[in-house]
Amino acid sequence: MNPSIILALLTRYLLLYAKNPVRLFELFFWPIVQLLMWGFVTVSLQRQGSGSFPTYIAFLIGAIILWDALFRSQQAVAVSFLEDVWTRNLLNIFAAPVRMTEYLAATFGVGILRVVITGLVLAVIAVFAYSFNLLQFPAPLLLAWYANLMLFGWALGILSIALIVRWGHGAESLAWAMPFMIQPFAAVFYPVSTLPPWMQAVAVAMPPAHVFEGMRGVLAGKPLDGSELLLAFGLNAVYLAISGVIFGRTLAYARDRGLLVKVAAS
Amino acid sequence: MNRSQAATTLSSGTQPTVPTLQIDNVVKRFDAFTAVHGVSLHVNAGEVVGLLGVNGAGKTTLMNMILGLVTPTSGSIQAFGMDLAKHRIEILRRANFCTTYAALPGNLKVRHNLMIFARLYGVANPKQKVEELLELLEITKLSEKKTGQLSAGESTRVNLAKALLNDPELLLLDEPTASLDPDIADKVRKLVRHIQKSKSPAILYTSHNMRDIEEVCDRVLFMHEGKILAQGTTAELTEHFKEDDLENVFIQIARSGGDSTKSEIGNSK
Repeated sequence: MNPSIILALLTRYLLLYAKNPVRLFELFFWPIVQLLMWGFVTVSLQRQGSGSFPTYIAFLIGAIILWDALFRSQQAVAVSFLEDVWTRNLLNIFAAPVRMTEYLAATFGVGILRVVITGLVLAVIAVFAYSFNLLQFPAPLLLAWYANLMLFGWALGILSIALIVRWGHGAESLAWAMPFMIQPFAAVFYPVSTLPPWMQAVAVAMPPAHVFEGMRGVLAGKPLDGSELLLAFGLNAVYLAISGVIFGRTLAYARDRGLLVKVAAS
Repeated sequence: MNRSQAATTLSSGTQPTVPTLQIDNVVKRFDAFTAVHGVSLHVNAGEVVGLLGVNGAGKTTLMNMILGLVTPTSGSIQAFGMDLAKHRIEILRRANFCTTYAALPGNLKVRHNLMIFARLYGVANPKQKVEELLELLEITKLSEKKTGQLSAGESTRVNLAKALLNDPELLLLDEPTASLDPDIADKVRKLVRHIQKSKSPAILYTSHNMRDIEEVCDRVLFMHEGKILAQGTTAELTEHFKEDDLENVFIQIARSGGDSTKSEIGNSK
């Protein structure tokens, strides 16, 4: 991998963001709306007097902030690719001396920046609106959670690109919806034990489920189970490897069928 | 050496041992449809080869295969003596292209787009190279404009600047004068000749504009339904088909569906 190529691609994506007010608006708008809406819904329910709600509001605010890391990193990969499709620039990139690993690394870089920026904004809002301090979690633990969520987001992002390459613009909506397809199994806003047995079996195979279970455990005052984190990292390695293989095979298929050119020209 | 002399020399067998681009018996099938039927061609350093054909003849598919965007069903594509299937990145570092089918991001300034592509192609001094090309293509005044705000002619010149960033040894130009006014088209043709003389890249040039081909190309290949039906210099082709100019040769081949043109002429490989 050539770092200067990754940096050039990353610069391009950042310029595309900086020069497009709509993209900047989108970067902040949805996470803030989600945090405010669900946060105040929870506060309202809490005021109506349910006993367990003081803990639940912390679960929910923490889950919203952490879920955003997964969603942003998936979107960074998928939308960066779509930017190249929308600007009819895809052929210029795919016919340039750019390795796909370099291309993906640049989109991962976009993901890191998006997660850092929105994460900071959401963390500050959470302090002022709900007295929820994200830094109540130990920094290494917080970093490990973020890393796991972003790794899984990247794996989903790679699969999203593969879908678009394979099925063209028809798959764009799937690329947007992909994180929400796994959300019910990821036990973001409720414990895994709430799910029916077959869904619990699926949830065990989902790295985010282990992160959110861990976060709820820490907020409830339980000791952290390090094996859950290790399992999440291990699962992420498997998902990244699988998504990489699927992406590589899809690209080979697309080159064979002329799909890259079709997607680029459509 | 003028162009006809150069072509004659190539015909008489003093070609460099390794052509910059060598395509052997390339076939591309999409299910039952065969887009390219066993095409073989070569382009030497310093040579401009024109690729002519009606829409759907297989020109763009061939270009896309050379760029590694489409894989051949069979046959081989080599550039600089390397197999494209195995050395795609190494080859693309030394090649570049300009096509009407691709654009640079419209909401970035011309300068930003060129700087980014200069870095992608590993240009040693990107800032200086971009300035040189802006000047060469007479687009310095556009450098701070957003690429999406340019006219068709201006966009083509910016795309050409992108195609020249790495001083390519293999340059693919896919209809570079399409949608240009005669003045700008003339400038583009002169520029291609200038690049050929000053840098000696191998250039594969597709166009529907016969004047482009006559003025710019040393050798012409006619493609029809995925096959190369005729090849040679403009003079050889007009003589063979008993026509006054290349445009009439094109019309004859297109209308006959290739029936009257089964023989290769001129400097075939």
